[in-house]
Amino acid sequence: MDCRVTLAQTNPTLGNLAANLRDHVERIRAAAAAGSQLIVFPELSLTGYFLKDQTVDLALRLDAKELSEFAQLSQSISILVGFVERSPDGRIYNTTAFFEDGRALAVHRKVHLVTYGMFDEQREFAAGDRFDPIESKLGRFGVLICEDAWHVSSGYLHFLNNVDALLVPSCSPGRGIGGGGADLQSRRSWNTLLEAHGRFFQTWVVYANRVGWEDGVVFSGGSRIVDPFGETVCALDGFDAGTLGGRLESNTLDRARVMTPLRRDAKPWILADGLKRGSGKGGGA
Amino acid sequence: MNGLKIDPALVESLLVNFLREEVGHTGFSKALLGVSGGVDSAVVAALAARAFGPQNVLGVMMPYRTSDPASEAHARVLIDALGIASRKVDISGMADGYLAPPKIEARMRRGNVMARCRMIVLYDLSVEWNGLVLGTSNKTEILLGYSTQWGDSASALNPIGDLYKDQIYQLARHLKVPAPILEKAPSADLFPGQTDEGELGFTYADADRLLYLMVDERMRESELVERGFAPDFVKKLAARIAATQFKRVPPIIAKLSHRTVNQDFRYLRDWGK
Repeated sequence: MDCRVTLAQTNPTLGNLAANLRDHVERIRAAAAAGSQLIVFPELSLTGYFLKDQTVDLALRLDAKELSEFAQLSQSISILVGFVERSPDGRIYNTTAFFEDGRALAVHRKVHLVTYGMFDEQREFAAGDRFDPIESKLGRFGVLICEDAWHVSSGYLHFLNNVDALLVPSCSPGRGIGGGGADLQSRRSWNTLLEAHGRFFQTWVVYANRVGWEDGVVFSGGSRIVDPFGETVCALDGFDAGTLGGRLESNTLDRARVMTPLRRDAKPWILADGLKRGSGKGGGA
Repeated sequence: MNGLKIDPALVESLLVNFLREEVGHTGFSKALLGVSGGVDSAVVAALAARAFGPQNVLGVMMPYRTSDPASEAHARVLIDALGIASRKVDISGMADGYLAPPKIEARMRRGNVMARCRMIVLYDLSVEWNGLVLGTSNKTEILLGYSTQWGDSASALNPIGDLYKDQIYQLARHLKVPAPILEKAPSADLFPGQTDEGELGFTYADADRLLYLMVDERMRESELVERGFAPDFVKKLAARIAATQFKRVPPIIAKLSHRTVNQDFRYLRDWGK
């Protein structure tokens, strides 16, 4: 893969599909005009995050006219966008759709819904049940929506599927001022996590987090590209909306995988065997 | 790690951003607040001046006839230092119109009436000023319930409600709040000689350390006692937090239908903005 990517660090208007759609279209056109081949938007980028009872009113079928515009625009650039999906069987999901060459090529439905502390996603959403790679013309991508990335098994599956890049759309609220660090604890945790994913899963990591406030909660931006050595290549470190461009190159993937051949040496059947023999049920193997 | 320690520059940038964006969601670009001469309202005024520009912030001084003149003097020092707009509204007439006759003597009742008179003034001036009322309650007093419900606790939005008193001082020093405000003992100034710590019966320093561990770190009573806090102090604060929960939530509504406001009719305030 060799791919010019744009990260859109947006500040969606809560529940306003029309306004958010306009913002998406402008950013997509600008990225395409600048020669980008892929644009990645944050989680629930079309709707905003703390939707509560608005969730069901904003749910879109994959063939909804609001999404058809992305299909058209994807003739010139591949697009990952976040929205509330109403599936054909009537379930509501926290979903990203990947548009390419005039169609929705793949969807990922968030598996690890956050339901603790300030979060209540399991009240609003059904959970996805798989991490399938996207076979794009640009390369092989694995999508992890926010909390999906906090469960190492998600990234490990994509590692086993040999993805070239993890796309991580997020709505991460910033929090944690204690201890006097110059950055929020939640942002530092994300940076550690993303760099670890790059390093240990030997993949590019493209993290698109949103910014802005919803009822006193700030979303903390920090969108970035991490290389397969685990180094941050470029980042939007402020709390403002913006875009970030970068290149995902296969040469770098190859060099990282030669230097430390973790993929060659992986033994996933030990995991499979352990699960078969009863590991993972809370007790001993 | 000292969990109370903050990076004040980080907190400043977050809170300025919060004020600008959350006030902006409502279509306003101006704000007002009661300026008491104390550190909490000084910090909020300083943040608001940075967020909206000093000309878009109104500091309102609302003395009662028994208020300490130093309170107003300190408020004026702050207003001058920030260059914000100001108004003085003496609440003696409106408060006394109710308090006497019949003569109401109880300190708590008198203090509550004064605090609610100030709320009435601020919400009325918000129409004239075309701005939102900013809250000035800090996390310590919110958790302790050390405020008048619908009085000083009333506001449209509060930038400092997740900062303990100790953290307010760290931020105040960073924001260059004038020295006399930083140096004096915190007081609600509702009766002569009142100080917060005298009335509460413990120091903010002790309360902040305990509340941080109890609330933020979720430590149990046994752990707190192991760390050197007196068991009675731990019990007293825990009981006080629970007893004042009514001040931190909207009024409860008797549920009769399938969809009841705040139970299963759930929307953010930013809904539709």
